[in-house]
Amino acid sequence: MDNRILITGNEAIGAGAIAAGCDCYFGYPITPQNELTAYMSRWMPARGRTFVQAESEISAINMVYGAAATGARAMTSSSSPGISLKQEGISYLAGSELPAVIVNVQRGGPGLGNIEPAQGDYFQAVKGGGHGDYHVIVLAPASVQEMYDLTMLAFDLADRWRNPALVLADGRIGQMMEPLTPHKKTKKRNLPPKDWALTGAENREKRVVKSFFPAIGELEQYNRHLASKYARIQRSESRAEEYFTEGAEVVLAAFGTVARLCREVVRKARKKGLPVGLLRPVTLWPFPAAHFEKLASSARAFLVVEMNAGQMVEDVRLATSCRLPVSFYGRMGGGVPEIGEIYRRTQKLLTAVSAKAAS
Amino acid sequence: MGKVHQIKRPKTLLDVDSHYCAGCGHGIIHRIVAELIDELDLRGRIVGIAPVGCAVLAYNYLDIDMSEAAHGRVPSVATGIKRSHPELQVIAYQGDGDLASIGTAEIIHAANRGENYTTIFVNNCIYGMTGGQMAPTTLPGQRTATSPEGRDTATMGAPVRVCELLNTLNNPYLLVRTALDGPAGVRTTKKWIREAFLGQGADRGFSLIEVLSPCPTYWRMTPEQSMEHIKTTVRKYFPTGVFRHAEKERDECLSA
Repeated sequence: MDNRILITGNEAIGAGAIAAGCDCYFGYPITPQNELTAYMSRWMPARGRTFVQAESEISAINMVYGAAATGARAMTSSSSPGISLKQEGISYLAGSELPAVIVNVQRGGPGLGNIEPAQGDYFQAVKGGGHGDYHVIVLAPASVQEMYDLTMLAFDLADRWRNPALVLADGRIGQMMEPLTPHKKTKKRNLPPKDWALTGAENREKRVVKSFFPAIGELEQYNRHLASKYARIQRSESRAEEYFTEGAEVVLAAFGTVARLCREVVRKARKKGLPVGLLRPVTLWPFPAAHFEKLASSARAFLVVEMNAGQMVEDVRLATSCRLPVSFYGRMGGGVPEIGEIYRRTQKLLTAVSAKAAS
Repeated sequence: MGKVHQIKRPKTLLDVDSHYCAGCGHGIIHRIVAELIDELDLRGRIVGIAPVGCAVLAYNYLDIDMSEAAHGRVPSVATGIKRSHPELQVIAYQGDGDLASIGTAEIIHAANRGENYTTIFVNNCIYGMTGGQMAPTTLPGQRTATSPEGRDTATMGAPVRVCELLNTLNNPYLLVRTALDGPAGVRTTKKWIREAFLGQGADRGFSLIEVLSPCPTYWRMTPEQSMEHIKTTVRKYFPTGVFRHAEKERDECLSA
């Protein structure tokens, strides 16, 4: 029997979290992710799990910290300004090596901005956001199905690496409705035991969950330990999708909602016999640099398309060591790139690089 | 000569050097907590939460599972722990900066939701850890690092009374203010923290024991003077007493 359901992206995140065994959800209302908070307020208690509407986004991330410290699977969600509020808590989670899932359904910024979709929080998600040397694993869904799948993956990656994981979506994908095929049975992943969790020191030594290391030299050593973990994550967890990149002279690069539009551009272009492809990062951290490096040898140019003033484009330039032209087209403040406009710029770029190659 | 009573270190109080100042109230309160954990056999099913403040290293002194918390956010961390593991006892330890300044929203809402955990609120009218700055609980006219001419209530506010504030809410179970101003005060403090632990075990809900505590270093007093100061002056602004003890009419006091 077909078990597909028609559901919003926001609710698909909730369904994925519940399927992943999320024990606790702590949230606070903010547009455009309120469908998720409402979904969790109904379905978490219905399954005997914990839902709390906290008094603020700051309180919610700290509730996540407490639950995570006991070994529970905990999650919070918000949108751009609320994610800014959570940054200290996220730094504490990473610094205390606690697994947790944070969802950002991005809206226009900076400041209060608007409630339209945007991708202006890429830097915040990937380059830090909070203080100190740490990273969160960042996943960028591009469909309602991926909202579900990548949320489940986020819980597993967070547990595997004892680190927070962030699902970076936007208001468009959050509020659109598409068919979702829920997993019939959750695959059992090989995850390390939580022998650090605070469960009451019955018949064992006490445990402490902290990120404070005031003794001379201790914090530097700890930072090296974290850095080596991040290096291992970079080597093993990056994910990307390639779409018609074989023989592509111009490669589009985009994530999330914009990748869907770029896919359509590639289809249109290939129908006309134009050598255009799309490289879509699925993990934004670790950034799939190897994919870009490889394509830098065969392509003539990249066109990075984003809903911001130019953020991921910097990582594309870094990953390709600026060996080839990396162009950028962006819309900001809730503006969404139009397929026609992306196609026109792709054509123009293709003409330019072909001309250069011929000269 | 009368019987000699040998004072033994409670098992839960670790035998390590203390960083607290001579005459600091944290030493007394840590010991009270350790004694109670021993007496009520809580070690295997309790989690403590340390604040940001002088007690940031509390986890070095108590032999129980403990978590750090971001400044002011202890009530949220407690909520996360207790909601995911209601079978655990949770003891939250906060100072006046953590609880009454940056954490004001968190403590009010945890109390309002009636989260079933115990807060020990150490009120010493100052910020010790960071060098003696003004706290929301600093007394009028008190000189501190950020009120060098003395606290001017017209521009800096007057002392915040947390027990009275929380007493306007429906859900809290136990709200008590005690004072470490002598042996009787120490005994009363232990009595009410014990009551709070037992109440938590019986799922009575949110409990907060506010303990007026000495800070000889930043009050610029001797330890004896600082206890006298609590007795004669601090208690004028922060009256001790039981503000809320829900269900006392129905049940006997759990500590009896």
